Amino acid sequence: MIKRFFVLALLFAMGLLFTDLLLSYTPDTELNSTALYYANHTAKDLGAANIVTAIIVSYRGLDTLGEVTVLFLSAAILVLVLPKGWRRGKRKPRILPSTGELLGTGSHLLVPLILLLGVYLFVNGHLTPGGGFQGGAIIASAALLLLLTNPLQPFSRHLFSVVESIAGLCFVVIGLLGIVYAGGFLDNRLLPIGQLGELFSAGTMPILYSLIGLKVGAEFSSMLINLSETKDS
Amino acid sequence: MSPLLTIMTLLLSIAMIGGAWVAIRSFSLPMAILAAGLVSLLASVMFLILAAPDVAMTEAAIGSGLTTFLFFFVLGRVKGGEDD
Amino acid sequence: MVLIVMSTGFLLILMGLYGSLTNRNILRMIVSFTVTNTGVNLVLISVGYMPGRTAPILDETVAVSEVAQRIIDPVPQALVLTAIVIGVGVTALMLAYAYRLYETKGTLDISQFTELKW
Repeated sequence: MIKRFFVLALLFAMGLLFTDLLLSYTPDTELNSTALYYANHTAKDLGAANIVTAIIVSYRGLDTLGEVTVLFLSAAILVLVLPKGWRRGKRKPRILPSTGELLGTGSHLLVPLILLLGVYLFVNGHLTPGGGFQGGAIIASAALLLLLTNPLQPFSRHLFSVVESIAGLCFVVIGLLGIVYAGGFLDNRLLPIGQLGELFSAGTMPILYSLIGLKVGAEFSSMLINLSETKDS
Repeated sequence: MSPLLTIMTLLLSIAMIGGAWVAIRSFSLPMAILAAGLVSLLASVMFLILAAPDVAMTEAAIGSGLTTFLFFFVLGRVKGGEDD
Repeated sequence: MVLIVMSTGFLLILMGLYGSLTNRNILRMIVSFTVTNTGVNLVLISVGYMPGRTAPILDETVAVSEVAQRIIDPVPQALVLTAIVIGVGVTALMLAYAYRLYETKGTLDISQFTELKW
């Protein structure tokens, strides 16, 4: 009971703080100086139409590298913490009830289309909304659909780890080439910037975001597969 | 800002707060997980109203889709633990 | 409109914290944490919004010359994009540890785990 009282007191204090913040909030009418710099220089210097993508991939590319590393670490710790799956043990594969004709046929039809949508999203990340993280999550949802259709689906772990390692390595190598041949780490002016709005524009930005998409997709897929197949009993 | 959009925002926030209440106080755990996914999905509509299409896509794909399935995969493993 | 979204975000944060502090079941605590996560993202996005402006994407409606008068702040959007992706990684880790705890004790009740209690 006394604990419940402490919780309510804490929440009341936080509520007062939030109310104060809310009442004193006045919306900006002008962009602040950082945002103004990004707005004025993105199209001219980097040639990307989507300013959010320009910030994530180019201006703050080092942060994205750190973020992808955090994702990789959490996927790795997941494998470490969870008990060994049945596939590594000597158990015989179980016989599962059939998931039905509709799900099977539908997934065969839909999985290539979902993969295509994911690839479209991260290749066009510098022009339209979307990008590597969204495309990667959609690719992982294709893996999820396969997993729902057949829970004993033999996924190749080797493929996922190879895709992930190569994508990460290429990301870092392109970033380092930017130091040598352009303005700095992850500078996208390694390749010609091109015309604003074209697919092949914005230098190395589409390549970098596609690599992020592949890496994120492989990480999310391996996370889902690991959580779904740690079979006890 | 047009009044229609304001009314829509108001309805979305009421639905989100109701969903969050179900998520934290609901009797059954699967319903709580689904309600948390619903809150995420409504939040992605709200991001779209606030002119952030990139964030809306991410929230719909990751926050609402993948997280719910991660919860259900774990929920399938913990037989008998969900009622404690 | 921004004030509605912002107060919704703050309310979600408070409700999520209340749920994670009062529930006894570990999975319910993690669900409450995801609600808090959504609330924080809503508040951050609503801070970057400016009435009468559009998304930070250049196309036919937003010309390059007048971009500073037409778009909203892109920095909070990039920040929240990162926060959502990290959030699902953190949630997956919490779920893995919760499953591990269930393996050792056979229960998910947090009051049964008394090894570190003093």
